[in-house]
Formats: sequence, structure tokens, C-alpha cells
Amino acid sequence: MKTFIKINTLLIACMAFIATSCNQGGDSSNGALSSNIAEKVYVAPGERDEQYAFLSGGYSGNLTVYGLPSGRMFKEIPVFSQFPTSGYGYSEETKPMLNTSFGFIPWDDLHHPDISQTNGELDGRWIFANGNNTPRIARISLSTFETEEIIEVPNSAGNHSSSFITENTEYVVAGTRFSVPVPQRDMPIKEYKENFKGALTFIAVEPEHGHLDIKFQLLMPGFNYDLSHPGRGKSHGWFFFSTYNTEEANTLLEVNASQNDKDFIAAVNWKKIEEYVNNGGGKKMPAKYAHNVYDESTHTATSTMKDEVLTVDPSEVPGAIYFLPTPKSPHGCDVDPSGQYIIGAGKLSADITVHSFDKMLAAIDAGNFDGDAYGIPIIKYEDVVAGTVQSGGLGPLHTEFDGKGNAYTTFFISSEVVKWKLETWEVVDRQPTFYSVGHLMIPGGNSRKPHGKYLVAMNKITKDRYLPTGPEMEHSAQIYDISGEKMQLLYDFPTHGEPHYAAGCDADLLMNNSKKIYRIDENMHPYAIKSPSEAKVVREGKDVHIYMSTIRSHFTPDNIEGVKVGDKVYFHITNHEQDFDVPHGFSMIGQGTSEILVMPGQTKTSLWEPKRVGVWPFYCTDFCSALHQEMQGYIRVSPANSNIELSWSLDE
Amino acid sequence: MKNASILMIVGSALLLGLFVFPMWNIRLGAPQYPEPLGIDIHINGLQGESEFDIQNIDGLNHYIGMKVLPKPDEMWEFSVFPKVVLSMAAIGILIGALGLLGKISSVWFLAWFVIMGILGALGIYDFNLWLVDYGSDLDPNAILKLVNPDGTPMVYNPPLIGHKKLLNFDAFSYPRLGGIMLGIGMLFSLIAFFIGRKATLKAN
Repeated sequence: MKTFIKINTLLIACMAFIATSCNQGGDSSNGALSSNIAEKVYVAPGERDEQYAFLSGGYSGNLTVYGLPSGRMFKEIPVFSQFPTSGYGYSEETKPMLNTSFGFIPWDDLHHPDISQTNGELDGRWIFANGNNTPRIARISLSTFETEEIIEVPNSAGNHSSSFITENTEYVVAGTRFSVPVPQRDMPIKEYKENFKGALTFIAVEPEHGHLDIKFQLLMPGFNYDLSHPGRGKSHGWFFFSTYNTEEANTLLEVNASQNDKDFIAAVNWKKIEEYVNNGGGKKMPAKYAHNVYDESTHTATSTMKDEVLTVDPSEVPGAIYFLPTPKSPHGCDVDPSGQYIIGAGKLSADITVHSFDKMLAAIDAGNFDGDAYGIPIIKYEDVVAGTVQSGGLGPLHTEFDGKGNAYTTFFISSEVVKWKLETWEVVDRQPTFYSVGHLMIPGGNSRKPHGKYLVAMNKITKDRYLPTGPEMEHSAQIYDISGEKMQLLYDFPTHGEPHYAAGCDADLLMNNSKKIYRIDENMHPYAIKSPSEAKVVREGKDVHIYMSTIRSHFTPDNIEGVKVGDKVYFHITNHEQDFDVPHGFSMIGQGTSEILVMPGQTKTSLWEPKRVGVWPFYCTDFCSALHQEMQGYIRVSPANSNIELSWSLDE
Repeated sequence: MKNASILMIVGSALLLGLFVFPMWNIRLGAPQYPEPLGIDIHINGLQGESEFDIQNIDGLNHYIGMKVLPKPDEMWEFSVFPKVVLSMAAIGILIGALGLLGKISSVWFLAWFVIMGILGALGIYDFNLWLVDYGSDLDPNAILKLVNPDGTPMVYNPPLIGHKKLLNFDAFSYPRLGGIMLGIGMLFSLIAFFIGRKATLKAN
């Protein structure tokens, strides 16, 4: 009997095995594969994503934070643009952040975010980003996810080959796309050639607080400096810039800057220039540029106008700069995780050119150059090229790496991502993008240690990917799983503004350092009050300062009288909550500015210039509690010649 | 008797844990509080489990008109309890030491246990009185004035021990390390009595 049961069990087990085998065979042909893909991007309610992705907002001027693999957007961080959602650029504390030598500029075109590194690996302290239009570099804290510093870059125009950092965050580098007269002057445009300069700016990052200071500007020939990346590992100490318009055309660049068969990648030995500068080299030049710093303890930004910059003439530091000929107006200029290969993506070409750092050094040692451009030696193409990727695609733009010996390049014209092998230069896989991909991002893909699991392709054209929303649509991005030999398209998601580059990292690097509240006992804002009992209203001539408190769910004070037409009323609002995710907002009827959103423990100031007599309400704009609707107050505005004394109260 | 006396000394000394660790804990969780708010009850005062928990609990309680949580100088218990605990620990250690020297019998251990038990019961009774008062003595101008189905005003005292649903909150009330050490200490004194008695009986 026992034996019978055993055999029977064995039989059932065999049948079950056959049945499951059949199932597996059948599944792959009837759509189980797609449900498998869905699981890869499905982050169940309450679960959290594996990685952060910071996508540039392009013409939105801001930076957006997404989760991978879900593609969910978590936050828009205001950087170069006014942002009514939080009051950034509207509040008295943050207006100085957008100050420039041209005055207050409410907007910019944010392009290339880059996360700070230590020893070539992401350290998650800050993320840097460039303003392309009115050249600026911003530093954003990755504990508060707020912009902490913006420095303007003088002598630059179209701050595009920026804001990439060296492997210990020694410098954040900002190169000009448009060459301009340096210093700016009134001159005929036709005299561009030999007269315009392209400034490559090395901005020192103070290691403890990240404060920015221009160390030197390299005044290069008048080409267009498009993109750049740092050397790493063995090539640490060098920086590589792609150029186009080495023709130095000043009109119809579409044609006139596309004539040379090869442009250059400029290899800059910044350590050598740093040494030259440290020994008193370089020339100080008058220059006007703003340096804006936000202080987390005072919750206030200050803007300082600088008046001098140190410039370096390349001809005075021989042996520091070389040109590597690179075909067809290269765009992306990317360095592999080992620091050995410099990839130039000739955007008008089908092929990708890979230069070798070792070969470059050998060629420099041999001293055998193919002439020079403005005194800068040009290394012979065949002496420096390590290989060419015969891609079969068209319009390569940007390359990142998975840390497993593979490179991934976007092809704008043929709308695809091509995976190829370093050293053998053979194409391994290609996947379409939808459509016209600009840049791609692998978390850590621009470091010694990429986290090569997901790849995000950021496209320029959306067309039919989503439900139509009129002529203007958000751009589209795709997520690919790159953990296997073949790339697998997982998911589409719309992005905000126009993402150019992006940067990403593992969630663990940031999530535990993310601040929950600001401590009220550390609030050093000059108009902060430490408790609601300190609330008061003070008149200084026409200026009225209201020291106001918010806590669920009332303002202190909420009845104010004695304000007059023509006054400037400053609401200094301190949020006394010390609980995670309990902001209060503030807005005043007829106020010519945005609301402000005040985080727990923070003080922000909103300016109101009452123009009409009456009793005017203000309210909390953030649904803070069940009694949010009750969170309101009144201000009595009297005629300018009235003699009503200031008074204020709560519950009297 | 030697083992019994040592156990008595150790048991009494365990009371001193109350000066380091919280005695009791009340934790409040709700959907919008995935990280629950918590009050650690020490013998000399209340402390938030996270730094701002007390302030945040007070902030929530003001909706239903509860008083703010007491500061140490607002309750006599927080000055008396430490003295009682310190005295009992000292007495326990003393009688344990005397037992070790053979000066007294293990009945003293039992006596200590019984007194400690009475004091503990009084403490819990007092704690419960406070909980009831705190949860039911509400501001008549409270924002939310809720009533039970039978029309009586709703009260919000957390449970003495265990779980209770308070509106949208789940309240949990349990002893913490200090309180657990107190319990183990008392248990030790009782065991010390039995071991001591057995040894005495054997000797006779």
C-alpha cells in the first residue's frame, strides 16, 4: 500500500512538472512577457522606488525629481525660475537668488545636472546644474532638495558645456557655447574670427559647505564649446570639451559651422593650470557677476556682486591644452568609468569616435603634432583614436556606461539607443526610442561606479505617445532594463519642461539624509519668532513688519489694524510646526506676488503694498488640517492720512 | 541562602533601571502618521519617543480639548516616584546584604516583595486615574465635541495596557525596559524568598 502511494505521488509530481513546462512554453507566446515587464516597473502602493532620477527641466528652469523604475515624479525643485508653488523667487528671502549682473532674471534654461562625487563615486551631497541662457551655475542641497547657491559666469554666453564636476568635486566646470568678445565691447559681428573668445570656467567647490568661487577662466579660441566631462581614475586632472564651429562662422551656422570634416575635443590639464594659477599665473580682469548664497539657518539668500575674475591665456601655459580631432561637430563628450576612453559623438555622423587617454599621453610625449590652432597643439587623429563604433545609426549624441564594459549611445536622427562594447567597439544591441532621443541617463553613469540596472532615454519629440493635449505636449522618456545582454523597453513616462541631461543614484544614498523639518530653535532668521507669544507688528516709517506665527490652524495675530494705503507690509511668517510634512501657506488678496509656502520651522516673508482702503482677508493656502478653512485673518487698511494706531490680536 | 540573597540584591538593583529607561510607553498611530507618535513615561517625567512627539500630540489633542501633557513639575508623582523607587532599591539591596551575612531570614524578601507590590499597585491605580482624568476632563470650548451613540461625551483616555481605538488613532500602551526591569526585579525577590526558605528548611 505504501509503495503504491509513493509511486502515485511520483506520478502526480511528474504530471505537474509536464503541465508547468507546457504552461511556460505557452505563456511566452501569449502575452505573459508583457505582464512580466509590468512587474518590473510596478512599485506597489506604499513601496518606494529603487533609485532617484534628477531630470533637468530645460526651459522650465527647474529640476525635477523622479523615482526609478516607476517614473513617478516626486518634486520639482525651483532653481533658475520663479516658482509660485513655494514662493521661490517671490519671497523676500529668495528674490536675491535670481539676481544677476543684468538685474533680476526670473527664468533660465536648466540643462545638465551632475551629482557631487568623492573619489569618482557619487556622494549624494549636492547636485549642480547650469543656467544656459544667462550663464549661471547652481548648487542644490540633497538634504533639503532646495537651491542653496547660484553663481553667475562672466565672459560666457550660452553656458552649455556645464555643469560637470571633477571626480572629487574640486571644480564644477562651465564652458561657453557661444564665443563672444572678451571683455564685451561694441564691435562689428563680422570680425568674430580671431577676436571672439570661448571661456572655460573652473569654479572651485569649497569641500565642507560646497560654496562656489571662480578659480580661473581659460580664454580659448572662438569655437563653440558644446559638452564636457571630467577625466576620472587615470585621467583625473584632465577635462574634455567637445567643440563645433571650429570654422568660426558668425552667421548661418547650420551650414557654415558644418564644413570642417573634423572639429576638436579639447583636452585640458586643469591640474597644470591650477598650479600655474596658484603660483601667481593668470591675469585679473574686471568682470561683473552675481554670487547668490542661501543660508539654511537664516532661511535667507544674499546676493553679492563680484567685480573681478582671473583669466588664463592658453598660450601662457604650454603643455596644458591639446586638441583631439573628432569628426562631424561632436556633441557628447563622455569618459568611460576607467577614465581611459573619451567618446566623441559626431552628431552629423553615423559613427562614434573613441579616443584613448594613454595614446593621447604617448602622442604628447612624442611631440609629433598635426600643427596647432591658435598655438594649441593638434594631436594627429590616428595617434589618439582608439577605435570607431560603426553604429549603423545616425546622429549620435550622448554616451553613458553600465560599469560592465558596455556603453550606451543615443542616436537623435535614427531615434534609438545603441549598446556597444568598449575595447571591441562592436554593437551588441539597439532599441528604438519614441522619438528623437536627446540624452540618456544611467544612475552613476557618469562616474567610476555606474549602477547599471536602468537606463532612461529622454526624447525631444512626443507626437502620439500619450493622449493628445493640443499642440504643446510634455516630452517623453523611456525606461529600459539594461541588466541583461539585450536592453528591454519597460515604460514610457512624460517629463516636465525639456530634460536634457539627468543624473541618478541609488535611493539609499539620499533617502536617510533627507530633512523632515527645520528646527525652530536653530532658526536664525532676523524676523523669526520662537513662539506665537512673540508675535508683534512694528512700524518703521512706511514699512510695517508683521512678525506672524502659524500653527494648526491659526495665524497669530489674525486681526491687524493701523495699516495705511501706501505702506509696505512685510509678513514675516514663522511656521511653528515641528512635524514632518505640515507646511502652512500664506496669501493676501490683491497682492502682486505669489503665495508662499512655509515649511515647519522656517520663516518666509511676503510683501504686500495695500492700495485700497478696506478690511482685507488673508488665508493659509495649504490644506494643513481639518480646520484649514478656518485659518484666515483680516487686516484693516485705513487712508494714508489716518491716525489709527497699529494694533493686533488673536482671540480677543 | 547565599544564592537567594544575591538574587535579592540583583532584583532590587534592577529597579534602578527606571532611572535610565522609560517605565511605560503610549504610542499613537494613524493613517497619516505612518511613523507613530509616542510618549515614553519615565519616573521623573514624560518624553517624546521622537524629539517633537509631545508637542505634536499636544497639537492634535487641542482639537478635542485635552489638556497639554504635564511637565515634570506639574505632577507630584514625578518627584515622589524617584524617591520611592530609590528607597525601595536601597532597602532591597540592604536586606539582601544582611541575608548574605546571615543576619536575617528570607521572610524579609517576601516582605519587600509585598510592599513593592502594594506600592506598584498604588502607582498603577494613580496612573489610571491620571489617564482617565486626562482623557475626560476636556475643554468645554473644544473644537471637536464628540459624543457616544448614547449621548454621553466621548472620552479619550488611552488604555492602561494593550490597544484601544481613539477616533482615527490606534493607541497602544505597554511597559518599556524600565518597567520590565522592575517586574523582573520583583520576580527575583519572590524567587529569592522561595530559594531562601527551601535552603532554611533543608538546613533544619
